[in-house]
Amino acid sequence: MSDRTLRHKVAIVGVGETQYFKHGQSPDPEFKLALKAIFAACASAGISPHEIDGFASYSDDRNDAVRLAAALGIPELRHSSMQWGGGGGGAAAAVAHAAAAIAGGLAECVVVFRALAQGQFVRYGQGGMAFGYGSAAPVISGEMAFPVPYGAISPAQRFAMKVRRFMEEHGVEQAALRAIALASYHHAQANPRALMRGRPLNEAQYDASRWIVEPFRLFDCCMENDGAAAIVLVSAERARDFSHPPAYLLGAAAGADYRHAASSHTAPNYATADFRTVARRLYEMARVEPSDVDVVQAYENFTGGVLLSLAEHGFFRPEEANDALTLENLSAPDGKLPLNTSGGHLAECYMHGMNLIIESVRQIWGHSSNQIEGVDVAMMIAGPLVTPVSSLILGSEATR
Amino acid sequence: MTQHSEPYLPAGLPIPGPERDGLSKPYWEGLKAGRLLIQRCCTCGIWQWGPEWICHSCHGFDLAWEEVKAEGRIYSWERVWHAVHPALKTAVPYLVVLVELREPTTVRLIGNLLGDPRQRVSIGAEVAGEFEHHTESEPPFSLLQWRVP
Repeated sequence: MSDRTLRHKVAIVGVGETQYFKHGQSPDPEFKLALKAIFAACASAGISPHEIDGFASYSDDRNDAVRLAAALGIPELRHSSMQWGGGGGGAAAAVAHAAAAIAGGLAECVVVFRALAQGQFVRYGQGGMAFGYGSAAPVISGEMAFPVPYGAISPAQRFAMKVRRFMEEHGVEQAALRAIALASYHHAQANPRALMRGRPLNEAQYDASRWIVEPFRLFDCCMENDGAAAIVLVSAERARDFSHPPAYLLGAAAGADYRHAASSHTAPNYATADFRTVARRLYEMARVEPSDVDVVQAYENFTGGVLLSLAEHGFFRPEEANDALTLENLSAPDGKLPLNTSGGHLAECYMHGMNLIIESVRQIWGHSSNQIEGVDVAMMIAGPLVTPVSSLILGSEATR
Repeated sequence: MTQHSEPYLPAGLPIPGPERDGLSKPYWEGLKAGRLLIQRCCTCGIWQWGPEWICHSCHGFDLAWEEVKAEGRIYSWERVWHAVHPALKTAVPYLVVLVELREPTTVRLIGNLLGDPRQRVSIGAEVAGEFEHHTESEPPFSLLQWRVP
């Protein structure tokens, strides 16, 4: 067996987040949110921020590692890494980079973070582009020149056709997407951090909600929020000295399928969230099977992305989606496949996957607001439908 | 191949054009001339889309642009109800289709499906291309739209 693995080499020992806000409602600028989340994660780990010697992030996070290091007076910055690619596809990849740096002796204590005050910058829901409102229409070139003139601009509009094709190929019904949305809202009702706590969602409300772009209704789409979240990683050797039980990284994988980024939707394997290659390597490193996974946090940019992610991680065959994706099956604590137990991006906060990693850790610790009994293996899937994507698996002490 | 006069979507969206390095210029110039041009490797003959400076199969740098027929099948589709650009506020709902060309079948193009935006759309349906020329635009450009015959 090759020793080139991250399995049980590194653990998450602290997690933290700011208060989560609706889009545009954070009283703090984005950089201050990042600092507050890092402080919260350090407090959770019981360390001083001065012990941090590395930062990892993704999605072109605007809050530079070197600015953070200067602002916090970090004595020696040893690691700073950024996963290429937009969207949240890099969330688990950033954890992998941090873990690899620790396992490889490049750093001791690395923080993975994401700060995202969408209200202070360009909104993703408008395609993340500056359109020059009120002035002459700008010229657009490159990849975006192919879809945008036809009104396929926003992420929802760029991904709906993949999901439509998948649903048609495999006979997946709208009710499968609805169950994913209902599960997130159901779990949010018990989570004090969740922005949609106190606003439960039922089938009739989902069915009556307006189309954004078929097959996505309003409740199939993530929120747009302000906030920040962070986690602290150290080596497995050090991890036992912390107050929380270690949440070990069992495996992580990132990447893209063959020519998945070929422009104008020409990827040979089209109706996919892009986890075909990534999921295989994730399971190989973690040495677990889908049936070993106790709880899944699957990034909801759109419910359709979750549908494809879960199928590509082997939790059901595409043809079984209608039976697998029911509110009963997806609900904690007793469902067969408890999903997005914090409320996720639909109903807790759209923190680009970092809140989903934190929820995975809390399930290992036994601290979730929708706790499942005896969680030893927790999976987090990042940023479906974008390129590259990533996912990770955490394990309790019992997996050693 | 036919043309239609009224644009499917209102004016005001970003105007498509070639990159600074000119990679996709033959494609956009071709549409203005009513021709659909797709990249093809001069060395191994494989079709390539989107445009790139190298053949993804044989790694040859010698790539040509060949005219193909604007005919194909609907590979997927979406009906947009929520406008994300001010120019589209009065244009919803509208239909976007992904069309797999009849030849080469490895190429898919995004366009709008002309006709009733509330029409029933079927994956696999045959469609024919129609050039949509925006000659009054500054700079001028052309799009390729699709219709079920």
